[in-house]
Amino acid sequence: MLLRSLLAAVVTTIALAAPSLAQQSGRELYERRCASCHGPDGAGREGLGPSLTGAGAAAADYQLRTGRMPLQNPQAQAVRKPSVFSEEETRLLVSFVASLGEGPPIPSVDPGAGDLSSGQSLFIANCAACHGAGGNGGAVGNNAAAPSLYASEPQTMAEAMVSGPGQMPVFGFSEQERNDIIAFISYLQTSEAPGGIDIGGTGPVPEGFVGWFFGLTGLVMVLVLLVGTGSSRAR
Amino acid sequence: MIRYVESRLGLDSWGRRALRKVFPDHWSFLIGEIALFCFIILVATGTFLTLFYRPDAAVVTYEGPYEPLRGQEVSAAFDSVMRLSFEVRAGLVMRQIHHWAALVFVASTVVHMCRVFFTGAFRRPRELNWIVGFTMLMLALGLGFTGYSLPDDLLSGTGLRIGYSALISIPFAGPYIASLAFGGEFPTENVISRLFVLHVMLLPGLTIALLGAHLAILWRQKHTQYRGPGRSESNVVGKGLWPYQALLSLGVMALTAAVLALMGGLVQINPIWLYGPFDATTVSAPSQPDWYMGWLDGATRLFPPWEPTVFGVTIPSMFLPAVLLPGLFFTVVALWPFIERRLTNDAAEHHLLDSPRDEPGRTALGVAGLLFFTVLTLAGGNDLIALTLDIQVESMTRFFRLAMFVVPPVGGALAYRICRQLRDSREHPLGRGSGVVLRRTEQGGFEEVPRS
Repeated sequence: MLLRSLLAAVVTTIALAAPSLAQQSGRELYERRCASCHGPDGAGREGLGPSLTGAGAAAADYQLRTGRMPLQNPQAQAVRKPSVFSEEETRLLVSFVASLGEGPPIPSVDPGAGDLSSGQSLFIANCAACHGAGGNGGAVGNNAAAPSLYASEPQTMAEAMVSGPGQMPVFGFSEQERNDIIAFISYLQTSEAPGGIDIGGTGPVPEGFVGWFFGLTGLVMVLVLLVGTGSSRAR
Repeated sequence: MIRYVESRLGLDSWGRRALRKVFPDHWSFLIGEIALFCFIILVATGTFLTLFYRPDAAVVTYEGPYEPLRGQEVSAAFDSVMRLSFEVRAGLVMRQIHHWAALVFVASTVVHMCRVFFTGAFRRPRELNWIVGFTMLMLALGLGFTGYSLPDDLLSGTGLRIGYSALISIPFAGPYIASLAFGGEFPTENVISRLFVLHVMLLPGLTIALLGAHLAILWRQKHTQYRGPGRSESNVVGKGLWPYQALLSLGVMALTAAVLALMGGLVQINPIWLYGPFDATTVSAPSQPDWYMGWLDGATRLFPPWEPTVFGVTIPSMFLPAVLLPGLFFTVVALWPFIERRLTNDAAEHHLLDSPRDEPGRTALGVAGLLFFTVLTLAGGNDLIALTLDIQVESMTRFFRLAMFVVPPVGGALAYRICRQLRDSREHPLGRGSGVVLRRTEQGGFEEVPRS
């Protein structure tokens, strides 16, 4: 009995001490995994990593959740990969980065409240130029590529819009507009492509390849096999 | 019934001779037939599409079943294509077959022309039919471009805008021509109905007329044939029209229809619902034309933005790559039979075909021309290639700029050498091979041993 209440007391103490502990381990984690490029106090390092003061929680959450950070080669474009951090570690790091200065907080997102039609026209006007009309991604110059949106989750898409990672600009959408766009992208992700196999959804270039290398080449191959070089002899 | 027609038209002797008409039985003579059957399928599916398409730029509100566009303002033309795609029974598959058939039609026309070029089938007396065929290729490109523009979606609008700026870039006359063609400054309300008339009446009508002429000339002049035992300038060796060639052609038609139906049914093409309605203020990327226009797109991407001033008139940067370059290229292609005759001083009639190796110079030129075309076409997709291969777009552009000048002459020279060697060796390239075989050694390596 005594032992049990003692244990309870210890647990309570730890729980009460948790906030400062979290801050503490967030900093520790940061120093271990991020400081080599972003500097010990988040001020950034020339040629390695940008300053994180003012980056905000949205940017940090986006970069960590999509596995873009940590980045092995600071010169390369960060791409989506499995995150190396646990949910708890991500939360610790995000709140540490957020504590470095003012920045966009994690936006709230509710794709269910979005309007598909408004999302479609916002997407075409703002996103399709880089991510492609079908959301398959595209090259944008300056050694950067806009990624495909087919693996993106609503939360990180909203964070990308408010934080503008990499070459992507910061978009001043309202929360409703963000929900509209995300509703449309979710529609693209989940709906079946009408008309058959969606060959990249990137327009006439893959279509031309299929036309030539499946259509015409297929036809000619059959003719070569069927007719060959002719067997007629002069009579 | 046959007797009834016969007694009034007296076709008996003509018919008997026609049924015995001889066709060469080499597969390469059937590529033109693929093009012919693609065209027939295009007319058939196109007629179906015309029943539902509305060439109207009036603004309506989309109310159809495709949710993301519902409530948006679109043109009546776009709305009717959406209805075709989502509401008309078999509408989408017809649209897709039509589009795939168009891509394969132009492709087979080009390959057919290559066959005629590389074997010298265009030589006297067939220069005229070369010109007729070339004109049909131009009509096919016109049909492709106008058809691409009819759905009035964002991608086709971008294509039209590029066409408009190419027209307007012609020095002196450009602005007048463009304004006359489009009925004002782009975008105009007239353009859809004009394109429609061109696409469903004028261009197909001309194509059908020329097709008739093409086949009639072919019939009258008889086929060319490859060299072989017993084949001479004065005979044609092959199989008769009935039953062999007639059934073979029916088979090719069924095959073409089957492949196109398969593609139309299984592979998505031109998903206009993703591009959305045309809006003059928006351009989507990556925006590309269909493959046969890709080389012009590539040329405009590769050319530096030069705007030289000649006689006080600034030449817009579009003029050189999008007007002058294809103009020169096509002029050379159209006049090639006459150019070659001038170069070789060979005015004799030819009914026996060359093997490409027999004329290394012509073959080298053709290969260089095709490579030039290919480099430009690939450059038209430079952003997608950059994305796929994970290379910078800018370095792709630099690479293609270099390749445009280096690849065609190098490829041509290589083709020349190969032709000379093949001609001298008298061996078929796909025949016996190199005369050595690889054998696995006991140590796990390989060694070459002469073929026994």
